[in-house]
Amino acid sequence: MKLVRDTWLIFQRQFLLLVRQPVWLFVGVFQPVMYLLLFAPLLKPALSYLGVTTNAEAYRIFVPGLLVLLAIFGGLFQGFGLIAELRAGVIERSRVTPISRLALLLGRSLRDVVSLIAQAVIITLLALAFGLSVYILDLLLTYLMLALIALMTSALSYGIALVVKSEDALAPLMNTIAQPVLLLSGILLPLASAPGWLQAIADWNPFSWAVDGARALFAGDLGNDAVWQGLGIMAVITVLAVTWAAREFARSVR
Amino acid sequence: MIETRGLRKSFRSRQGREQRTVDAVRGVDLVVREGEIFGFLGPNGAGKTTTLRMLATLIEPDGGEATVAGANLRTEPGEVRRRIGYVAQGGSTWDESTAREELVLQARMYGIGKAEAQRRATRALAAFQLTEYADRKCKTYSGGQRRRVDIALGIIHEPKVVFLDEPTTGLDPQSRAHMWDEIRRLRAEGMTIFITTHYLDEADALCDRIAIMDHGEIVAEGTPAELKREISGDVVLVSVDGPATAAAKVLEAEPYVNRMETLDGGVRLYVNDGSREMPQILRTLDAAGIMLDSIELHRPSLDDVFLTKTGRSLRES
Ligand SMILES: Nc1ncnc2c1ncn2[C@@H]1O[C@H](COP(=O)(O)OP(=O)(O)OP(=O)(O)O)[C@@H](O)[C@H]1O
Ligand SMILES: [Mg+2]
Repeated sequence: MKLVRDTWLIFQRQFLLLVRQPVWLFVGVFQPVMYLLLFAPLLKPALSYLGVTTNAEAYRIFVPGLLVLLAIFGGLFQGFGLIAELRAGVIERSRVTPISRLALLLGRSLRDVVSLIAQAVIITLLALAFGLSVYILDLLLTYLMLALIALMTSALSYGIALVVKSEDALAPLMNTIAQPVLLLSGILLPLASAPGWLQAIADWNPFSWAVDGARALFAGDLGNDAVWQGLGIMAVITVLAVTWAAREFARSVR
Repeated sequence: MIETRGLRKSFRSRQGREQRTVDAVRGVDLVVREGEIFGFLGPNGAGKTTTLRMLATLIEPDGGEATVAGANLRTEPGEVRRRIGYVAQGGSTWDESTAREELVLQARMYGIGKAEAQRRATRALAAFQLTEYADRKCKTYSGGQRRRVDIALGIIHEPKVVFLDEPTTGLDPQSRAHMWDEIRRLRAEGMTIFITTHYLDEADALCDRIAIMDHGEIVAEGTPAELKREISGDVVLVSVDGPATAAAKVLEAEPYVNRMETLDGGVRLYVNDGSREMPQILRTLDAAGIMLDSIELHRPSLDDVFLTKTGRSLRES
């Protein structure tokens, strides 16, 4: 009960600070819209090997990848805000109070989840206007997948920020993590045409399972194994990431 | 209210390639009584902040024991947290929030309900003369206003003990005097206050008792008056025209000089009765042909206490 109350307290505070700077929404939507407008038209011919003949089909493959990409990157770069808070003394101030250490993390990460979902909704609506079609239940399950990813990557980012304590170390570290994740997940283009060795490596990338799951959902294939596999893998890693990061919040303080 | 025994902490830090261990706090024994303003006086790097951070449960001691407000620091850190307030040296406000929001949040983090938190914030804002700025973002505050918000944050939950790490550093003389009044008011309300400072006048005027810390150890403890009394007699400050060494040489041999420190351009003498011995000093210097610039007589200050205990002057360090 105390955990729920404390998490809600931190969430409210972080959310208020976020909406006070609405520029994030503009930046967060502007880029993906550029992808939708400028990159997606290139896709229809590029995806012809998958039997894609219409824009709607191209969006059905491209949009879930784009959303997963946003969830990964949106989360991974949240650590910078935490380093600013560390420097301002806000974290130390919270640590001397009896507030739950897990709430300090969850309140922040859930704020990140909510802002990501808001972004995802806007992009989905735009894609619908461009001709995408998707069932509502499938869409909601995709959002669940996105929420798990955002929770995981933002928790990881906060945990790492608490360990390295400096932007100078966090930036290259996050880029190093993000790049192979991006290349090896088939996020922008499905790996169906990739050579066998590349596909074998990608199988070890948890996010490629998430992308497969999201694509199956957008294709209306709810019964596909990729759906529960993707959700399951994301859920397990999220629990691990949150546990670890909460421990970092509590470290040197019992 | 606070009792520590042998509190220790060392840090490992890397300098280039070699690992170095800094013994920041090496065995601190302290007793702080209920309802007093206890001052921790020491130069930069003495270990004041480290001691405070240990007592506020922010870092774990390497050794030693402590009870804070009746709770054991090692076995009941949660209980300690509930009973204390802590105001960090570097401040703790967030630029984009207002003072009121920060105060309400802080009260809520201590488990206080929303309505009560708002009431307390309003009261604290008034008490610290912040009402006028209460709904402006913290980034627009002056250093003094910000510091007052920090302190209001530290006491919003009405703790039994509050730790204030250098509450007046960076404030102008008027704001400092104001802050002293605030701190005295907290004492009058029954709070025990543990402050650190490098200002001798602050330790002297504000604190009921002080401990002098140097290199991680407590070198003296008592009321300011007691500490000064330990240095019996008077202090005579002699400045000479020319090198101080010549003056030091002749005066050192004089029987009435209890102790002597050589300074830049002069010497400081500890004597039993300054008003009787000043003429003697003048005669001695005159006989040696040393030109005098000025001569002053004063009662020992805390700086003299610091000097005799550590061999260094706090003013110069
Ligand atoms: N996290 C840390 N890692 C390494 N060394 C540290 C750390 N914190 C403090 N120290 C070292 O411990 C010693 C004591 O520092 P501390 O901050 O307690 O001093 P202080 O008395 O508060 O000084 P000041 O008056 O400058 O605030 C210093 O030598 C400092 O460099
Ligand atoms: Mg300090």
